[in-house]
Amino acid sequence: MSKLKLDSLLLPLVGIAFCVLLWWSIAGKSITKQTKDDWGDVVTVTKRVGLSADLPTPGETWKASRDYIVKPFAKRGELDQGILAFTWLSLKLVAQGYLIALLIGTPLGFCLGLSKTFTKVCDPIIQILRPVSPLAWLPLGMVLFLSAKINIPGVGIYTASELAALFTIAICSMWPTVMNTAVGVRAIPQDYLNVARVLKLSKTKTLFKVLVPATLPYMFTGFRLSLGIAWLVIVAAEMLTGKPGVGGFLWQQYNALSYAHIILCILTIGVVGYVLDRLMSVVEARFKTI
Amino acid sequence: MSAYVEISQLKKSYPAPGGGEAVIVKDFNLKIANGEFVTVIGHSGCGKSTQLMMLAGLTEITEGVIVIGGKEITGAGPDRGIVFQSPSLLPWMTAFENVMLGVEQVFFTATKEERRQIVEYYLTVVGLGDAMDKRPAELSQGMRQRVGIARAFALKPKMLLLDEPFGMLDSLTRYELQAVLLQLWRKERITAMMVTHDVDEALYLSDRVVCMTNGPEATVGEILSVPFERPRDRKTVMEHPDYPRLRHELISFLEHRSHRSSLGGYGVAGVHAVEPVSGSAATVPA
Ligand SMILES: Nc1ncnc2c1ncn2[C@@H]1O[C@H](COP(=O)(O)OP(=O)(O)OP(=O)(O)O)[C@@H](O)[C@H]1O
Ligand SMILES: [Mg+2]
Repeated sequence: MSKLKLDSLLLPLVGIAFCVLLWWSIAGKSITKQTKDDWGDVVTVTKRVGLSADLPTPGETWKASRDYIVKPFAKRGELDQGILAFTWLSLKLVAQGYLIALLIGTPLGFCLGLSKTFTKVCDPIIQILRPVSPLAWLPLGMVLFLSAKINIPGVGIYTASELAALFTIAICSMWPTVMNTAVGVRAIPQDYLNVARVLKLSKTKTLFKVLVPATLPYMFTGFRLSLGIAWLVIVAAEMLTGKPGVGGFLWQQYNALSYAHIILCILTIGVVGYVLDRLMSVVEARFKTI
Repeated sequence: MSAYVEISQLKKSYPAPGGGEAVIVKDFNLKIANGEFVTVIGHSGCGKSTQLMMLAGLTEITEGVIVIGGKEITGAGPDRGIVFQSPSLLPWMTAFENVMLGVEQVFFTATKEERRQIVEYYLTVVGLGDAMDKRPAELSQGMRQRVGIARAFALKPKMLLLDEPFGMLDSLTRYELQAVLLQLWRKERITAMMVTHDVDEALYLSDRVVCMTNGPEATVGEILSVPFERPRDRKTVMEHPDYPRLRHELISFLEHRSHRSSLGGYGVAGVHAVEPVSGSAATVPA
């Protein structure tokens, strides 16, 4: 028992320690030397040496990121905020795009699962659209919403770049929901459908009392995978549109040569993605047991 | 006695893989009187379920006609209560909700309270008074089958269709549920057809036992009348002087005479079933 605990705590730490060590060993180190220059004056020269000379070491990264982590909600400027403030901005945008993906993807998946004809009509289109990268969708979104500015009372004003980002998130992240829902509908046991037939349930009753509950476990697998993709896409979308958020910050800091902050952003994106996935897994597991 | 259920020249075939058709059931004729309990036995895979599913309206009829209560059936409907081998309850609903789903459909003019009473009544009768709010996953196999029986009866169907309803249960539970079924059936007097492999179950429950020949082209082989008086209890039935003979009759059919060809020139075996056979002797089409 205690060995198990030790293993599940110690072994991950070993893995992390190894990665940090690897990172440290390839990162550049500052070396300060006093040398004589061509005129014979003594000068102090700082040089970075190492496999990847510009990569900050773990220590340097921590030092540079401290402020962003210790005051996670600080707002010093539009593009200079605490890391959780950025995360919150990103999450808000992801949530909206993700919601659109679910609202379109779930019914689409149902139609695909229920109708062979519809599947034949849509399948080639879906197979072609599915592998397209967010980097390719975003410019199209920009063109689509070029002069659009939508004001939804009570929600806010959406500019073209926001709409393009939402469009990209939605269209990239909806496919797992579509596919899993369709598979789930096709996998409904004949027994359940027979119950609906014998009882002569109406179409809506069949849908909500039989089809939807029977498909829920599959749907939630799709929802979880979709959320993962939505989170992937947000970074790309923010990078390209320059919107404040984790991805926007990352790109801006790259341009500002603050490489330590890139690592901070990468770690944040990873941790947030992991947490989202865990949360969705919990929800998913609840529906699996039904 | 006139027939309440009339199955005439029933045929079921599937398109065969290499073209042509695979005939599963053919020339199936049977008449069932109102309130009669008929059991169908036959070898595994001969087409018993297929035949029952056609009665249920869940499988398309290739040829032939099925009339129940003067009306030809077209498709499935809640006028036939069905209990399958697996109880096919909806796992996201409680026992109560599973039964209620059907009751709502059939008794749509009743008040909410009346419907609740119907559901509770049947669940209590099958012995689930305390487990109404449990989901199928929380119920034992036997309890699930009880819900299935309650659901079928609660629809007040014109006919009951049971496909090996106790096939997956241990023998103790099976005995219990046979008694539950018999008790409910006596109370409601619903015409019933049950498929089973169990010769003793057939003799205990039914008025007549229909022996199906082996497939392909399975049909009615022999029909055996079961003369035991009702209400029956297992012990008296088993000790009845006719019991060993009837049992032997059924087993020897299954062992020796279940090939369609062995019917020889009997023609349509179902002719014998036109009137429910009365009397004590087993009838072999002659
Ligand atoms: N959809 C189908 N397509 C082709 N053949 C089928 C189909 N469904 C059933 N059959 C065939 O019909 C025959 C009868 O099947 P059925 O399930 O009615 O047998 P059964 O008598 O109920 O057997 P068991 O006692 O094992 O339940 C089988 O040989 C089966 O292979
Ligand atoms: Mg069967």
